[in-house]
Amino acid sequence: MGVLRRNLTAYGFLCAALFCFTVFAWYPMVREFVLSFQKTDLINPPEWVGLANFRGAVQDPAFWEAWLNTVEFTFLALLCGYAVPFVVALVLNELRHARAYLRFVVYLPVMLPPIVAVLLFRWFYDPGPGLFNQLLDLAGLPPLAWLDSSSTALISLVLVSTWMNMGSATLIYLAALQNIPSELYEAAELDGAGIFRRIRHVTIPQTRLILLLMLMLQIVATMQVFIEPYMLTGGGPENSTVTVAYLMYQFAFSQMNYGQAGALGMMLMLVLLVFAALQLRWTREDPA
Amino acid sequence: MTSLAAARPKRGRARTPRPIHVQFRTIVSPHQLNSRWGRRIYWLVLAAVVVTFSLAFVLPLYWMVTGAMKTPEEVAQMPPTLVPAQPTLTPFFEAWELFDIGTLLANTVYYALGAWIFCMCVDVAAAYALSKLRPAFGNVILGAMLATLMIPPMVILIPLYVTIVDLGLLNNPWGLWFPAAANGFNIFLLKRFFDSIPRELIEAAQIDGAGPLRVLWSVVLPVSRPILGVVSIFTIVTAFKDFVLPLLVMTDSEKMTISVGLSQTAGAVTQNQVMGGLVIAAVPMIIVFFVFQRHIMAGLTAGSIKG
Repeated sequence: MGVLRRNLTAYGFLCAALFCFTVFAWYPMVREFVLSFQKTDLINPPEWVGLANFRGAVQDPAFWEAWLNTVEFTFLALLCGYAVPFVVALVLNELRHARAYLRFVVYLPVMLPPIVAVLLFRWFYDPGPGLFNQLLDLAGLPPLAWLDSSSTALISLVLVSTWMNMGSATLIYLAALQNIPSELYEAAELDGAGIFRRIRHVTIPQTRLILLLMLMLQIVATMQVFIEPYMLTGGGPENSTVTVAYLMYQFAFSQMNYGQAGALGMMLMLVLLVFAALQLRWTREDPA
Repeated sequence: MTSLAAARPKRGRARTPRPIHVQFRTIVSPHQLNSRWGRRIYWLVLAAVVVTFSLAFVLPLYWMVTGAMKTPEEVAQMPPTLVPAQPTLTPFFEAWELFDIGTLLANTVYYALGAWIFCMCVDVAAAYALSKLRPAFGNVILGAMLATLMIPPMVILIPLYVTIVDLGLLNNPWGLWFPAAANGFNIFLLKRFFDSIPRELIEAAQIDGAGPLRVLWSVVLPVSRPILGVVSIFTIVTAFKDFVLPLLVMTDSEKMTISVGLSQTAGAVTQNQVMGGLVIAAVPMIIVFFVFQRHIMAGLTAGSIKG
């Protein structure tokens, strides 16, 4: 087969994918950049407005709060969604019974459509007959306002998010743990290392790469949190759960200000790209 | 009879308790595990973990299903009942009517299967070209495709929506299928698998006079069944679960997905009817999980560990 013919066939196979990627993945990135300097409502022709969209986004009363909430949400979600699955995976890996059941159960919420988890928890958070306050009552504790109070709303969102997402992280860690050669543990034991030192000096170094990778993936995933505030709180009470992604949605679909939404999207993209770049550097440095 | 009694471990009194079988070495050594205290702690931890997991992950689902079998009064009752006083299936039927779940479910299945077929055709062809036909600039294209994985979907949501509006694809399933096919992760998984197929296999087919399409169909696809299964399941599940893009693209109530439909109507119906709707939306995915559990768990780790 000649070089030309081989290339022609190859691009014949590639053309559908190239079309999809060009129009629905690469072009939107460029479009976001263009959009952020335009004023458009998708009805009238767009006009160039320079940096007005960025100014408008920053001056929005909820702007700084949205970033703060997103950072706080990401931090809390990492605390629950990053550390907890690792500890859970460590424990699961030690168990010799009920493994299939535990693995099945922890991944079950991941399979549910997010709307199911979110609406289910909305009922649990009901301050009256909701399950959580009833459980607190059963334990003799005072009820909480959950989504209705600006002090507990954000952590309530983190709780749903962790519940529905932790399964995949847990199973990924579990697989990584099973790949650790048993000789390492035996050697550590012979050297007199106790359980915690074995975790510290064998388990963690051996899973370092996957731990780093998951950290970055989870930061990027949780920074775009949308469905939880959209369905559960609408950003309230008192803007305590407005996230950047939610504010972006508001700019676009409540205020019909697509340019300003694009400007905010650009800012979020820059922040996330910094994280992505850091991830690349950290995983590259690794000799493994 | 005697063998049955012997198989049951006697607590405390037994002289030689059945050792905990260890297939592979982990942090705790088999010796430690089977010591007197090791065994006690092990059973204690096991019981605690099983109870905690059941409470954390099964109880909410139990609450959802039983909530859908209670009357509106019983759902609002304080303290709640653990088991429905008079279990009834009417909330399911009411939810089916009120949410128009028949239409929603049919839409969602249609979008998910369409996304799957389109995705597979596009991504398999592209991965095959990049892996086996190796065109000029192939690596540049692959790199650009993988680079899209760095951009979280939420970030380009608005310009993607604007593009879909410009192309007139609102309320058109292609508005979901085209973006679904632009999936760098699928291409990455498929290409990596195709790369591992030995050259000789393909060259043998070529000597027999098979063209590229024939090689793909008769040689590459049959040996790639495992990865095709994994990619298929993940594509279908993702499409079924997707919320934000269908929320924006499929706005006609006749064309909504089940997630979006539930989110729009949930405020207007009673709590037991909402739960009925949620159960119906959850069941297809739970069935998929039951049937394809092994594939899903294998795929989860295949994708995450960098190859």
